[in-house]
Amino acid sequence: MSSEWPLWEIFIRSQHGLAHKHVGSLHAVDAQMAIRNARDVYTRRNEGISIWVARSADIHASSPGDKEALFEPSNDKVYRHPTFFPMPDDVKHI
Amino acid sequence: MYAQMVDTGVAKVRDVAEMTQEERAFQDRIDADVKVEPKDWMPDAYRRTLIRQIQQHAHSEIVGMLPEGNWITRAPSLQRKATLMAKVQDEGGHGLYLYCAAETLGVSRDAMVADLHAGKVKYSSIFNYPTLTWADIGTIGWLVDGAAIMNQIPLCRCSFGPYARAMIRVCKEESFHQRQGYDIMLALCRGTPEQKVMAQDALNRWWWPSLMMFGPPDAASVHSAQSARWKIKLLSNDELRQRFVDQTVPQADYLGLKVPDDRLAWSAERGHYDFGEIDWQEFHEVIKGNGPCNRERMQTRIKAWEDGAWVREAALAHAEKHAARERQAA
Ligand SMILES: [Fe+2]
Ligand SMILES: [Fe+2]
Repeated sequence: MSSEWPLWEIFIRSQHGLAHKHVGSLHAVDAQMAIRNARDVYTRRNEGISIWVARSADIHASSPGDKEALFEPSNDKVYRHPTFFPMPDDVKHI
Repeated sequence: MYAQMVDTGVAKVRDVAEMTQEERAFQDRIDADVKVEPKDWMPDAYRRTLIRQIQQHAHSEIVGMLPEGNWITRAPSLQRKATLMAKVQDEGGHGLYLYCAAETLGVSRDAMVADLHAGKVKYSSIFNYPTLTWADIGTIGWLVDGAAIMNQIPLCRCSFGPYARAMIRVCKEESFHQRQGYDIMLALCRGTPEQKVMAQDALNRWWWPSLMMFGPPDAASVHSAQSARWKIKLLSNDELRQRFVDQTVPQADYLGLKVPDDRLAWSAERGHYDFGEIDWQEFHEVIKGNGPCNRERMQTRIKAWEDGAWVREAALAHAEKHAARERQAA
C-alpha cells in the first residue's frame, strides 16, 4: 500500500480580531494531525493563535475563466462607493 | 543556487511573433508584474520548468538538513544545540512550504520524492560536502545560508504566486540562520588559537563550494534567458555571486580569517572585489553524483523514506478506521 496522505489547506488567525488567513497546505491523515502539523510547519514563531484546517478536496473555487462574468458587473456600479456622492465643503461629519 | 541549472526545455527564447495569442497574453501579464496563480492558464514549458525549479529547491532544503543534523548531538552547549535544532527544523519547514507550492502545479508529493530518490531531480551541490568539525556548522550558517538569502530575496518577486509567497516566508526565517552561524564563527575566532585554526580550516573548505552554489556563468544560457523572461529567475548567477563576495569578504576580515583566494582583491575601478577562477570541473563532478557525500546523502534519504513507510501506512489505516467508526455512530 502506498497511497499518499490527503492534502489539507491551512488557515491561521494571527491575532485576536483578525480573520483566519490561508498560509499554505500540508499532508496529514486526519484533521487532528493536520492541526498538529500546521502548528509545527506554520507557527514556529508565534504566527498564530488559532488554526483552521480543511481538506483541499473539499474546497471549491471560482475558475479564472469566470472572472469576467463574476466580477465585471460590479465595475460599473460606482455609486456603491461613497466618493460617487460629492458633498458640499460646508457639510461636516459625513 | 538551491535550484542550479534548471532546464526550461526550450531551444531558444520565443519572440512575440512566434507566440500564440494565449502565450502573448500570458507574457503581457508577466511583464505587467501580475502574479500567475495555479489555476490560471500557463504555457506547458513554464509549468514544467517551475515544477523542476521548485522541486530542486525543496529537495535542497530537505537534504540540507543532513550535514547540519550531523552536529546536533555534539553541539558544544545546550543553547547551541537548541539553536541548531531550531535551525534544522526551519529547513524542514522550508522544504514543506516549497513542496506545497510545487503541488499547486499538479505534481504529487510522492512523485517528487520518487524523482529525487531515482536521481532524476537534483538538489544543490553544496550539500554533498561533509561537516567535519563544529566550525563547519558556523560556516554553513554564515556562507551557505548567506548565499541562500542572496538568491531567495529576489525570488520573493517571482511571477508564480505560491512560489513567491513561500519565498517571503522563507526569507523571514533565513536571517536567524545566517546570524547564528556568524555567531558561532565569532565565538571560535575570539577563542583559543586552536579554535581559530578550526574556523580558518572550515572557511578554507567551504569558500569555493559556496561560490559554486550560484551555478556556472549563465549570461549566454538560453534557459536562463527564458527563465528571466518568465520572471522566475531575476538576477544572473554571476551578478548574485559578485554580490555575495562583496558582502562576505568584509565579514571574513572582521573575523580575522583569510579567504582562500590569492587573487581576491578590491577593485576600486569596478567597485567590486575581483576573485579567482572557480573550479567548474569539481562542480560538474559533484552535480553528476561524484562529490564527497552524494551517495551517503541519497542513501540516508532513501532509508528514512523506506523505514518510515510502515508509519505512513499505519497512520492512514488508523485514520480510516476511526472515520468508519464515526460514520457508523452517526
Ligand atoms: Fe532554508
Ligand atoms: Fe536556512
